[in-house]
Amino acid sequence: MFSELMRLRIRFSKTDAMRFIGHLDLFRSWERTFRRSGLPLAYSLGFHPQPRLNLACALPLGMTSECEIIDAWLECSSPLPDVRRSFASVLPPGIEILGLDLVPAQAPALQTQVISAVYVITLLDMVPDLDGQVDRIITAGELLRCRRDKGYDLRQLVENLTIIPPTDAGQLRLRTQLAARECATGRPEELLDEMGIRFADTRVHREQLIFSIA
Amino acid sequence: MLTPGEINLKLERILPTVQKPARYTGGELNQVIKNWEAIETHMALVFPDIYDIGMSNLGLAILYELINQLPNVLAERAYSPWIDMEASMRKAGIPIFSLESKHPLSEFDIVGFTLPYETLYTNALNILDLAGIPLFTPQRTETDPLIIAGGHATFNPEPMHSFVDAFVIGEGEQVILELISTYQQWKRSGSSRQHLFSKLSSISGVYVPSLYQVHYNSDQTVDRVEKLDERASLPVHKRIVPHLPPPPTHFIVPNIETVHNRVPIEIMRGCTRGCRFCHAGMVTRPVRQRSVAEIVQSIDEALKCTGFEEIGLLSLSSSDYTHISELIQTLTHKFHGQHLGISLPSLRIESFSVDLMNLLIDSRHGGFTLAPEAATEHMRNIINKPLTTAQLLDTAHAIFSRGWTTIKLYFMIGHPDETMDDVKAIADLCKSVLAEGHKVIGRRARLNVGISTFIPKPHTPFQWVPCDTVAQIQTKQALLKSELRHRDIKLTWTDPQVTLLEAWLSRGDRHMVDVVYRAWQNGARFDAWQDQFNFAAWMKAFEDCRLEPFFYTHRERTENEAFPWDHISTGVRKKYLLQEYQLSKISQTRSDCRRQCFACGLLPTYADLRRANPGEEWSCPEVKSPPKVRVADLS
Repeated sequence: MFSELMRLRIRFSKTDAMRFIGHLDLFRSWERTFRRSGLPLAYSLGFHPQPRLNLACALPLGMTSECEIIDAWLECSSPLPDVRRSFASVLPPGIEILGLDLVPAQAPALQTQVISAVYVITLLDMVPDLDGQVDRIITAGELLRCRRDKGYDLRQLVENLTIIPPTDAGQLRLRTQLAARECATGRPEELLDEMGIRFADTRVHREQLIFSIA
Repeated sequence: MLTPGEINLKLERILPTVQKPARYTGGELNQVIKNWEAIETHMALVFPDIYDIGMSNLGLAILYELINQLPNVLAERAYSPWIDMEASMRKAGIPIFSLESKHPLSEFDIVGFTLPYETLYTNALNILDLAGIPLFTPQRTETDPLIIAGGHATFNPEPMHSFVDAFVIGEGEQVILELISTYQQWKRSGSSRQHLFSKLSSISGVYVPSLYQVHYNSDQTVDRVEKLDERASLPVHKRIVPHLPPPPTHFIVPNIETVHNRVPIEIMRGCTRGCRFCHAGMVTRPVRQRSVAEIVQSIDEALKCTGFEEIGLLSLSSSDYTHISELIQTLTHKFHGQHLGISLPSLRIESFSVDLMNLLIDSRHGGFTLAPEAATEHMRNIINKPLTTAQLLDTAHAIFSRGWTTIKLYFMIGHPDETMDDVKAIADLCKSVLAEGHKVIGRRARLNVGISTFIPKPHTPFQWVPCDTVAQIQTKQALLKSELRHRDIKLTWTDPQVTLLEAWLSRGDRHMVDVVYRAWQNGARFDAWQDQFNFAAWMKAFEDCRLEPFFYTHRERTENEAFPWDHISTGVRKKYLLQEYQLSKISQTRSDCRRQCFACGLLPTYADLRRANPGEEWSCPEVKSPPKVRVADLS
C-alpha cells in the first residue's frame, strides 16, 4: 500500500457515442478504462470498495464536450508520460485525453472549484428573430422558471449569451456562459426552452469549464 | 430504403427524446466495424429484446466474434427498440437498423435471431415488421435477407416455422460457418431461393421447415412428418461441437448498465444430473469441459480487453465441473487485490459448495442461492433431484455460519402428481431454513423464496405431463402466500398466465404460427415483461384462429402420441425419456450419469465425434467400437 496516493487530473473530450452516457455510467466507464490500462487505481476501504475517482460538473445527456475533468487517485508514482502511454490503446471510442496533470493530494474537491461553464449551441433549424430572443434574455430583469417543482430565476444563471458566426453549413450558433456552482447550475436545455427552441433540434457542446482563482 | 446517413440524420432529432438513447447508438469499445462495400456477406445478429438484455447474451457474443474473424463476412447487432423508440421510429419512418453501421436490417444478406426463450417470438415478428421484411417465408424473394434462428427455444421450432427460413438446431459454432459458406455459393450462383433452401437443408443441424409437411390425425395430434426434399434429413439431429472452441474474449463493453456487466465464460457445457423437468439438462448433452488453463487464460485476456470488474463462471452445475476447486483457487490467487467479483451460479446443495463460495472474496454480498426445486423427498425423487432435508438444513446452517445473512431458495410448483401437502411442505421447509438462520445469526437472517411454475418442456421426460390449470396454480400460490407471510421472508412467484403462455409456445405445433401472428397483430410484444404482457391479446388470438388452448397444455398425452417436435432430435431417444417418465411415476431416481451410463441415446448418435475425441473432456464413456462403414457426418 502506498502511503501517498498520486492524484491525477485528466482533461478529456466526450463525443460520439459517449454523448448519450450519463454521469454514473461515465464514472463506470472510467473505472474500466483504468482497469484496462493496468494503472493501480485506488479503492475506498470498507465493505463496498469504490474506485477513487471524482468527476466534475455532470454534463447533461446528449451534449458533447471538450473540457471534461476527472481526478483519479493511483497507488503508484509513475511519471506522467508513462501514465499517458498506459492509456494509449485502452480509451473507449468517444473519449479522448486532452491533458494530464498532477494535483496536490490535499487540493479541494473538483466540484467546489468550478464556477461557470461555456456552451456552444448549434441550431439545426432556422429560428426566426434569434437576435430578438437573445436580447429578451439579456435584458430581462428576471426569468422565473420551474424545474422539478422548484422555482428559480434563470436570468441569474446566464452570465453571457451571444450569437457567434454560423457553421460552414450555415447553421446558427450561440455561445453562452452559465453558472456552474454547486448550488447554482444553469442548464442549456432550460435556456433553450426559455427561448422556445427544442433541445432535440440543437447540438450543445461544452467548450470550457471556468475555475475559481483560489 | 433509407441510407445509413439518412438514418443518422433522423436519429439526431429522436435520440435526445427517448429513454436511454445509448441503446441505439452503438459505438462501444470492441465493436467491430468493417467496410460494408468491401465485404461480401453481411449478417445481422438479433436478440429480440432490448439492448440492456440482449447485450448480456453469451450465444450472440460467441457468434459475433467468430463471424467477424472471417475476412469476407461481417456481423452487426440489432435489438428491439423499447416502446418509446419504436413509436418514434415508426413516426419518423426509420426502419430497424444495425448498431454498427446503421444499415437497415433489410440490406443484410442474413438476419439471424437468437431465441433462447419463447416469450421473444412476438418481438421477433415486430423486428421483421420494423425492418420492412415480409413476415412469412413464402412472401420473401431473392432480394430479401435469409431469416435464420437458433437458441434453446428452437428445439421445438414449429410455432415459428412460417417466419423463419432455416433453423439452426443445437450449437452454432461450426454450423454457422457452413451456413454462411453455403449462402455465399448460392449468392454467387444467382439461383433461386428455393435452391438455397434445398442446399441449406443438406447441412447437418439445419432445419428448413418449408421442406417438410406435417400430417395430422383427426384429433389434431401429429400423424407423421414427411420431407419434401430428398436432401433434407429426417429426423434433424442437433449439431454439437466435439470440443468446446476457444471462448470469446473481445466482448463489447456497453456504456450503460446491462443485466450482466461481466466477463462470462462457460466452464462446462451440458449436465449429467438428469433432473427430469430440466430442458437445458436434456438438450445440451453431452457434458464437455474446458481445462483450467484455458479458462484462466481466457479470463485474463478478456479482463485486459474489457476492464470488467466481474467474471461469471457459467455452467448448468458448477459443482460438477471436475476441477472446480483448482479453478477457484487459481483465480482467487491470480486476481487477488484487483477488486474483482467472481460469480459461481448453479451450486449443488452440499457443504462443499459453501467451502467454494467462501473462497470467493466479496461473494457474501449477493446472498447464497440454493435450488431444491421441491420440498419433500418423495417429490424430489419424482423430479430426480434427490436430496435429503437434513442435507439442505445442514447446508443452510453452514451458509449462515460462514457469514451470509441471506439465502435464496428456488422451488417449483406444479410438478407431476403434486398434492397440496407437497406445496405446504415448501412453506414448512422455508421456515426450517429460516430457523437455522435464527439459530446461527439471530434476527439478521433473511430468506428470499422464488416460486416458479413447472412447464412440461419438449424433449424432457415430463413432456407427456399436463400443466396445472391457472386455478390450480392460483390455489397453490395462495397457500404459499399465506403460509410465508413473515417479516424475514421475501416471496416472489410467476404470473400463472405467463406460465401458460410459455407452455403454449414451447409445446405448440405448426398451427401455433397463426396464434403468434394474430397475437402480435392484437398488440402482443415484450411478452417477457410483466408491465407489457398482454394476456387478452393471446386469448383473443386463440379465439380468432379457432384453436383450443387446452389442447396444448392441459391434456395428458398417451405414451405413443407423436409430438410436434419429434422430428427434431437432441440425440436423447424418446424411449429413454419415456423410461425416465415411468421411473418418476414410481418415484425412482437415477444417479449422476458420470457414474453409470444409462444409454440415453446420445452416444450412438455422436459415436464418431466421441471416438475422435477420447479422454476426460467428455463425461460420456469412450467409444471403442470401430466406425461403421457409412459414417454420418455430424461434426
